[in-house]
Formats: sequence, C-alpha cells, structure tokens
Amino acid sequence: MKPITHRQLDFMGKRRLAFIVSAILLSVSILSILFQQLSLGLDFTGGTLVEARFAVAPSLDAIRQLLENAGFQDVSVQTFGASTEVLIRLQQAFDPEVGTEVVNLLRDDGATVELIRAEFVGAQVGDQLRDQSGLGMLVALGVVMLYVALRFQYKFAIGALLALLHDVIIVLGVFSLFRLDFDLTVLAALLAVIGYSLNDTIVVYDRIRETIRKSLLNDMPAIFNEAINATLARTLATSGTTLLVLLALLVLGGDMIYHFSIALIIGVVVGTFSSIYISGALLLPLKLKREDLIPAKKEDEDAEEELP
Amino acid sequence: MLNRYPLWKYLLILVILVTGLIYSLPNLYPEDPAVQVSSDLALDVRRITQIENALSDADIEIKAFEEQNGQWLIRLKHPDDQLKARDILSDMLEQDATVALNLAEATPGWLQALSASPMTLGLDLRGGVHFLLEVDMEAALTQRLEVNASAMREMLRSERIRYRNTEIDERRLSFDFASSEDRDAARRLISREFPDFDYESPGEDRSASLAMTLTEQSINEIQDYAINQNLTTLRNRVNELGVSEPLVQRQGPDRIVVELPGVQDTVAAKRIVGATANLEFRLEARPDTPSTETETFSFRNEPSRTAELMRDVIITGDSVSSASHSFDENGRPQVNINLDGTGGTLMNRATRTNIGRNMAVLFIEHKTEDRVVMEDGEETVVRDPYVERGLISLATIQSALGNSFRITGLDSPTEAGELALLLRSGSLAAPIYFVQERTIGPSLGQENIERGLMSVIVGLLLVVAFMLIRYKVFGIIANIALALNLTLLVAAMSMLGATLTLPGIAGIVLTLGMAVDANVLIFERIREELRNGLSIQQAIHAGYERAFTSILDANITTLLVAVILFSIGTGPVKGFAVTLSLGIISSMFTALLVTRAMVNLLYGTKPVKKLWI
Repeated sequence: MKPITHRQLDFMGKRRLAFIVSAILLSVSILSILFQQLSLGLDFTGGTLVEARFAVAPSLDAIRQLLENAGFQDVSVQTFGASTEVLIRLQQAFDPEVGTEVVNLLRDDGATVELIRAEFVGAQVGDQLRDQSGLGMLVALGVVMLYVALRFQYKFAIGALLALLHDVIIVLGVFSLFRLDFDLTVLAALLAVIGYSLNDTIVVYDRIRETIRKSLLNDMPAIFNEAINATLARTLATSGTTLLVLLALLVLGGDMIYHFSIALIIGVVVGTFSSIYISGALLLPLKLKREDLIPAKKEDEDAEEELP
Repeated sequence: MLNRYPLWKYLLILVILVTGLIYSLPNLYPEDPAVQVSSDLALDVRRITQIENALSDADIEIKAFEEQNGQWLIRLKHPDDQLKARDILSDMLEQDATVALNLAEATPGWLQALSASPMTLGLDLRGGVHFLLEVDMEAALTQRLEVNASAMREMLRSERIRYRNTEIDERRLSFDFASSEDRDAARRLISREFPDFDYESPGEDRSASLAMTLTEQSINEIQDYAINQNLTTLRNRVNELGVSEPLVQRQGPDRIVVELPGVQDTVAAKRIVGATANLEFRLEARPDTPSTETETFSFRNEPSRTAELMRDVIITGDSVSSASHSFDENGRPQVNINLDGTGGTLMNRATRTNIGRNMAVLFIEHKTEDRVVMEDGEETVVRDPYVERGLISLATIQSALGNSFRITGLDSPTEAGELALLLRSGSLAAPIYFVQERTIGPSLGQENIERGLMSVIVGLLLVVAFMLIRYKVFGIIANIALALNLTLLVAAMSMLGATLTLPGIAGIVLTLGMAVDANVLIFERIREELRNGLSIQQAIHAGYERAFTSILDANITTLLVAVILFSIGTGPVKGFAVTLSLGIISSMFTALLVTRAMVNLLYGTKPVKKLWI
C-alpha cells in the first residue's frame, strides 16, 4: 500500500458537515416540491393557441419578446402555412378574451394584424405518456441497482440509489423553489443528470473497491479518503469540462436551452458533490466491510489481521 | 516492454472510422427546398417551359427539375420562395395536380448508392407537417348507442321478453313491444344495467314502447372518452410510423392537432393518421331470421355478391390485442389476430353454439366527400361524411374459435399490412376528419437556432482548449478522438434515421463532454503510475488497463438506463435515449481503442524518454 501523501484531503472527516448540508438542501427541496409544486411548462399543462394573420411578415423574435414583456408565460411562436400567418401558443388557461388581448398587443406595435382563431390546446404529454415514462424511469433504476449489486455489492447499490435520488430531488427542488419552467427539455436534462451522476458515482466506487482489495487495513474512512483523493483530479477535470460546455450553452444558447442548461449545471455540481460525499460516505453507515468485497476463502487472513 | 496492437486491430479501427466518415458525409449537403407535384399528367417540354416561365416571372430561381414515380420535384434555390412557388403552381395546375412542399435530398449519387442519407431535423429546427383533425362526436354517440342496443337485445332475448323493433336516432334509442307488461319488464331489466339513460314509457298495449335518451352527463363522458381514446390511438399510430418527436395534442373541445417533423410523404402519413378502418365480426343470418334483425352487405372485391348478416356484432376490432400480417398456404395475404380476454370469451361463446354457420368479417371505413355548393352567391365546400362497409370474408365456423385466429380475403399484402397496423394501434373511438393540412415553420425561430448552434461550437472549443492545456500531446490525441467520436455519432444517427432536435444537439455536446471523461480517467491514471515510478511503456499499459474497469462499469450502467428508457419511453425521452446510448458506445470505442492505437503508433514502438502528458 502506498503511503498517504501530505496532499491528501480528509473528506471523510468532514462527512458530518456534508450530511448536514445535504439534509438541509433535501428538506428545502422536498418542502418546496410539496408546497409549491413544479411550475410545469406548456408541454405538460396545455394552454391557449392564437392564430393571427399579419399584413407584412413579422419578426417572430420580436413577437415573442413583446408577449413575454406583457407578462405571458412560456410563449411559442411559429409561422403557419405562410410567412405572414403566425401561430402563438401560450401557457395560460383558455379564456375567450385572450385572442383579442394578444392581437391588440401586437397592433400596439403598429402592425396590421387580424385574429383568425383562439382555442385551447391540450398537453403535449398526455397522462398515459407521463405514466409510461415514470414507469420507465423506475424500471431503469431497478435494473441499474441490480447491475451494481452484482458487479460490486448490494451496499454499493443502495449508496448509488440514494446519491441518485439526492441529485434528482435537489434539481427538482431548485426548479420548484425559483419557479423555473419545467418543460420537456428539462426532463431530458434530468435524464442526463441521472446518467452523469451514476457515471461519477461508479468511477469513485470502482476506485474504492480497488483500494479496499489492495489495502491491508480495515480503516474504511482512510481507504475512502485515499480512493476519493486518487480520483479527485479526474472528477474535477470531467466536471470542469462539462461545466464549460454548459456555461457556453447557458450564456449563448438562447431561450430554448436556457432551462436545459440550468438543470444540468445544478445537476453536475450536485452530482459531483454527491459522488464525493454522499455515495462514498453513505457506505460508512451501511457498514461496508472488507469481507463484502473479498471472497470468503480469505476470511481467515482478515480474522488474523483484526487481532491486536 | 513495448505497446503494440496487432495489425488486424489497426485495420479494424480504420475500417470503422472510414465507414463512419462516409455515412456522416451526407450531412454536409443540406436538403434543397422543393415543391412536389403529384399528377397524372406527363411532364412534357411544353409544360416545363410553362412552369419555368411562371416561376421566373415571380423571381423564383429553380435549381433542378426531376421526375420520379409519376411525381415532379422542382428544387428551388431559396427556402423563402417555397410558399410562393407552391401558390403559383397550384393556381396554374388547378384541379390537375396536388402541389405540396417538400425537402429534397441533395446527397450526391455515389453516397445514395451506399444508401447514406442525412439526419432529419426536428420540428423545432425545421418545422413540419401540421394536421388539424376533427372528431365526429355525433358518430361517437351513435356508435355507443348501437353497441348498447346490441347488448340490450341480447338481454331481452335471454330473458325471453319479446320486442318488435329497435330504432336509433341521434341521442335516443327506442324499442317497441307487443304489450305494456313486456315493456315494463324490459324497463326494469334494462334500467338496472344501463344507468346512462333517462327512461320514458310512451304508448300502451300494442303500441307500447320504451324510449331511452342519453343523459347530459353521459354524453360528456362519451365525448371525453372518444377524444382521449383517439389521442392515444393517434399517438400509437404516429409511433408506428417511426416519426420521432411528433406532437399529438388536443385543441379545442373536439379537435386534435398532429404535427410530424421531417415527413416527406405527406400522402402516406395522412392515410395512416386519418385511417378509420375497423373490423366487425358478425354471424350470417339464418333464412328464417326476421328481417328487422338482419342487414345486407356486399363484398368489397365483388360488389355484385351480397350476404345477409345479423344486426348483432360479436366483436369489433377494438377487442384485438395484437395483429400481424403474413401469407397463407396459397400465398394470399392474411392478417393474424389475437384477441384480448373479453374479446376471446365473446368470440368463443358465439362460435361454440354456432358451429356450421357462416361468420362474416366486415371492413368499415369512415370517409368524407367534399362538394361545392353555392350559398349566398359564394362557393362553399360542404363535407359529407359517409360510411363504407364491405365484406372481406365469409367462412364457415369449423370449430369454436378462441383468442387467436386469422382472416383472409384481403386484396394485397399492403392492405393486409395496413390493416394489421391499424388493428394493432387500436381503432379510433370515433371517426375523424381532416380540417386542415399545413406546413409550419420551425418553432424556435431562425435566430434562436443560430444562437443554439453557436453556443454548442463555443462549448466544444472550450473543451478542446482545456484538454490541450492540461494534457499537451495526449490532449491532441484526445481531441482527435473527440472529433472522430462526433463523426461516428453523426454517422450512426444518420444511419438509424434519428431526428435531430435542439435538445438533441445539446445532448450530443453533453455526451462529448462526458466522452472526454474516459480519456481523462486514462491520462490521470498514466500520470499516477508514472509518479509511482513505473517506466513510461509500463505506465501507458497500466493506465489503460486499470482505467478500463472504471470506464466499463460507468458506461454500462448509463447504457442500461438509456436502453430501458428507449424501450419504455416515448417521444422526447426516446430521442434522448437514442442519442445517449449511441454516444456512449462511440465514445467507448474512440476513447479506448482509437486513442490507444494512436498512442501505440506514436510511442509504443520505440524507447521514449519523456511523456508530454
């Protein structure tokens, strides 16, 4: 076993602090999700559709801007059939006045606009679709846990699952707390967060397993510290590159991927934190032992080592 | 020790990379905006000049004229001209042809010969076809009344209550009886089972009848059910069509919007989306059956031949749980049908007691006919819905049928295939009609798309710079691998015909960001082994070897998630899963094998003093 160098950071020693921070973040998130709910986007709630005809082909971005300034939420603007006809989708419960209201707003800008129709539209994601996707996520989690349990050990599977829930709940919590729109792109981002967080956790677990097998000691906190320190450069480099990409998307990407980037940035930051603190440190209360990873025949040697 | 790959490994890597390069190439040739003309008229020189003149008068530049399978394709230089060109052509050709917008592939011939084609762009990036459908609520009510009437007749017969005549109009169902006693007994019996009706008992004795009107609440329920059932069915059908990221949405009280990105053949899409075909299984009438209980139908492929069928329906296509098409012993197309539990029971009960009688399969299709009428001096189009019913087979019941059987008598394998698809995706609870068919623009707006792409490029450059600074020569290797990874990913997505959307692009960038991870793991490990005092060649070997299990475990778990999301998820979730799993596979290949091959070629064969890592 390699000597522990002075550059080692004592992550496990500060695990109580980490648990407290996590517990606070989790409770705030859960409370916010329970009491404030998620502000679901047009894709999930449905809303109002307004079709209008302009005399001159308008700038779609200008329309979007105008409507958003007037307080309409989650606006989608498309040309429809011809460049002078515009289809506007709004996230707002349908009332017969909306059509006229929107057209008046557009007229204030000096354009000649004619209202063709205003109707309510249903959700793009139907109940059936939502339930099916939810079921899919649960099955996916189950299979992954099974794989981790077989490849590592069931305690690792529990740790990975809890770390994953931790990350997902906190991302959802932030979206709920700051009333950010949860639409289909955010759902995609959430799926990516799951992939990312799992990836990160498994890399750390792999190193923990390797260190436990090589090490002669049974001092789990020291072994975890060594494993986490060994992967620290990699963890930070990967999170760093991913965050670089995401920051570019956030700053330059425009409306469409704004929420997508926010969800992922939170997910990557929380995921990195949880792969260092939560998934590793959780193995301690789960009482992971050397014997869990080393075949039974070696048990005799372990027994000898445990003697003073 | 030296690091070498056997020759076959280098060759294999080379073959994969070249294949990837070829199949990603079509994406460099953007599709041409085009106008498609479907017509029976031949494309002669006179007509071409006519069209050319008309278009050039309107300042529209034509890139090429093509004819394929009786359709003309006019490629244009500028996308903005598309709508204008369509209007000009439809005015010019009027009734003779249908003119539609299209995007024509511009892939060079030699790539097409390898069946390489570009990725299709999603609705948010490019727009697509928009259908507005209207659900026929009256028909939904009538259908429900027919089903109820059928069940009521069955009840009355089994209780031996005699009735004379049944009548269905709009929201009312009425039975005539021979006496007041029969009527009252029927009312007691029926009202227990059917709470959805308001009951009335007009007339006495010989003119006694029972009138049942649907309650307001049950009408609402039936209509809600019809619309929701139709939404589900349409989603299934659109998924069967293989269009990714489609939109199927309720709009207004009785309308449904379907938007399909990247659809080329609008006619075929319309046929599948709007198809209202369904099946009914009925027994043939006995010669002594009273004519009030029978209906006469003719055969679809032989209109002069007719058969008398019972009014009562055994089951409809709604009871089908799965269907597929194949050929029978004589090479004729057939559809294999599996029924759900209730359907199987009903079918079994009906056939068990009727061995030796004939059973008919009725093909039902709701169609509309447009006719132009003059109203207040203006021409208006009136849409008349009508129902076409035809027998497709009449066969003797040899033995009691169970859950699975087959039907024959279809005209062609295509028809069998479409019927199987329709039965599989479920029939529509109520007929639908096309109200509108339009081409819509991208939902993001050009500016948004450009900004999105810009941010993606900047993000990638940042990653490239980071790798270069941190890992020097190995950074260059990782960046080459990253570029190859992108090429392979694009090639795989093109080959699978996946649709690219903006979240999809962001997903690709993300997988690339994560793809660097594998190389980071390896390089950090090599550095570590060097610090531990291994020789350079040993460190390279150990770095790849030891990082391998981490990379494998991490990627397999993520891949498992992606595969399951793909098999269960729908729409955007599915699209994301495709990008993610392809990204994982291609990044494992490039990060492990390709970089190793490059490192081996660069350092593996000779003694090295210092590693720039």
